[in-house]
Amino acid sequence: MTTQHNDDKRKTRRDFLGKTSMLISGLASLGVVAACLRMIKPNVRYEKPSKFKIGKTEQFPEGTVKNLVDKKVVVFSDSDGIYAISSVCTHLGCIVAPTQWGFQCPCHGSKYTRDGKVIAGPAPRPLEWHEIRQQEDGTLAVDTAKTVPVGTKYLFA
Amino acid sequence: MMNGLNETGLAKFKGNLISLKDSFLESFLRNGKITSDKSRAAVMFNNFFLHVQGVKTHLNTLRPNYTFGLGLISLFLLLIAFASGIFLMVYYNPSTSNAFNTVKDINFVVSGGRLMRNIHKWSGEAMIIAVFLHMARVFYTGSYAKGRQFNWVIGIGLLVLTCILNLTGYMLPWDQLSYWAMVIVSNIMNSPKEITDIFGITQYFDIGGFQKELFLGGLNPGQESLTRVFLLHIIMLPSIISVVVGIHFWRIRKDGGLTRPENFEPMDTDASYALPPSKKGGIFPTYKTYGLMELARGRTPAVDNDVENTVLSWPNTLIAELAVFMMTAAVILVYAFYVDAPLKELANATLPENPAKAPWYFLGFQELVSYSAFMGGIVLPTMGVVGLLLIPYLDREEQNVGTWFSNKQGVWVTLQSTILGAVGLIGVLAFSINFGWFRNWWPEIPQLLIVLVNPGSIWVGFIIVWSLYTIKRTGSTRMGAIALFTMAMVTYVILTYTGTELRGPNWNFYWSQSQWPVH
Repeated sequence: MTTQHNDDKRKTRRDFLGKTSMLISGLASLGVVAACLRMIKPNVRYEKPSKFKIGKTEQFPEGTVKNLVDKKVVVFSDSDGIYAISSVCTHLGCIVAPTQWGFQCPCHGSKYTRDGKVIAGPAPRPLEWHEIRQQEDGTLAVDTAKTVPVGTKYLFA
Repeated sequence: MMNGLNETGLAKFKGNLISLKDSFLESFLRNGKITSDKSRAAVMFNNFFLHVQGVKTHLNTLRPNYTFGLGLISLFLLLIAFASGIFLMVYYNPSTSNAFNTVKDINFVVSGGRLMRNIHKWSGEAMIIAVFLHMARVFYTGSYAKGRQFNWVIGIGLLVLTCILNLTGYMLPWDQLSYWAMVIVSNIMNSPKEITDIFGITQYFDIGGFQKELFLGGLNPGQESLTRVFLLHIIMLPSIISVVVGIHFWRIRKDGGLTRPENFEPMDTDASYALPPSKKGGIFPTYKTYGLMELARGRTPAVDNDVENTVLSWPNTLIAELAVFMMTAAVILVYAFYVDAPLKELANATLPENPAKAPWYFLGFQELVSYSAFMGGIVLPTMGVVGLLLIPYLDREEQNVGTWFSNKQGVWVTLQSTILGAVGLIGVLAFSINFGWFRNWWPEIPQLLIVLVNPGSIWVGFIIVWSLYTIKRTGSTRMGAIALFTMAMVTYVILTYTGTELRGPNWNFYWSQSQWPVH
């Protein structure tokens, strides 16, 4: 019986070592996959700067609608201040066009109100509002990397 | 005195020189002139390219109205695309500043360049049609059964690869189509964000953003993206598809050739495309199968071979294959001669086309995406592919394999599902086009409801219920599979038609392109 017992024990030990080594090589393989994915995730982005100047305050009198197509942002000005709304559709990234009633996306028919709220179509989020800052030389700069709450309008001296 | 030992060296050399052609051919072909059934067999198994096929082929395989040659057509289209693609690579330059110019050069300056590009474009696009129809043929003849389950899985993989090859192909010219396809595809990859946003975990677990950045090599399509797509299109995907196609064909052989009905009877018309098996001579008497495989158990090639209805592959099968190849090449050549592959304006990151439409074969998906990016772009296509993969495992009936639509009931279920599928889907589309959807009625509705409950997901739910109901009603999983597959096909066709013909600027509904507003 003792021999039998020992055999069982040995079998269990061998089993344990086998399974452990399989587990370790499995984890190591996962590590390799992760490292490979990390390698193709770029560390450097060759993007255009997200921050750009849009002009001086007096260029944006009340009622201004300036569609900066190459910057993918529309700058508005009303009695509450100046504000910048992204023209990138939150659905699949097409460029929306400002209309009388708001924004219209040409690709899949999303519609937004004038302050970027979704009213129709598949868009999951409202259009982003971007930060505007006055530079030392008095010009205004929009930063599309910085999102501000909907309704954030800026008054500048 | 004339034996080799006493010949002079020069005489031997002269003899070798004279018989050079014959001895080279013999070493090249490994068997002598093809004069007997034995040599006809030898030529098949001695040749690297031919030995993936059996020495003998069943008559049913050669019947044109059983296979329509669709699998072979797909293979030949792939080979044509490979060959023409290499010629395009001679001039194409994968840089954002030059890609468009070099494609224009190929079209307008390079001798024969436009024809070569057309051949490449149309053979790739024709592959989608051929692979699709091939899948339908295999499905409706029940040919995913009897050990062929995994080859069906491989086939679905090939369908997906074919679509991705086409997708990455039209991203390369860096025209408006390429650029906006990259924008849209990368944002579909980003769309899991819709879900992670709802649960507020995007900042910890942004799987969507990760996928998008991996694909684009940045945040917006640019040089890095073009490099990655080029790499996919010319190295990764072609290598993968070559290996997978090889396995696909090899498994057909290992599974004992194509399926055939169990009650197969030769017909007089068979003689019009095959030499009837010779009753005398040859190494294969008609009453016996030779082969060690006989000793093995299971579904090896020789088991259940129905040898009396097989004919020698040389020349019967090879002539049929050659005919299919010549027909495929001729159709592509003529089509490419008369119809030019599209090339739009240079990519313009500030102005998407209106409407920005994918090529026709993706417009069904674009319609789904217009309900919800995550549901229509990721969940439903994945469900479609997984559903197709599961068919042979969830339907394991083996009756009537090799018979179109299985039996009369199968024909009836196919008809029923086609009509119900068409009427039902057109109803769903007409409803959402006329009355809008949730957001038009309740603007404040949570995004999660839009993602989960939209015309696309409701319709897919209906298809699943319908096929389960069919299983219950008929007591047959095969009938359920037929209902599911038929409805999926009808859905693809109708959605593709809707996206292609009925959608205009701003993805609004128009009966035809002539009604689009002019501006």
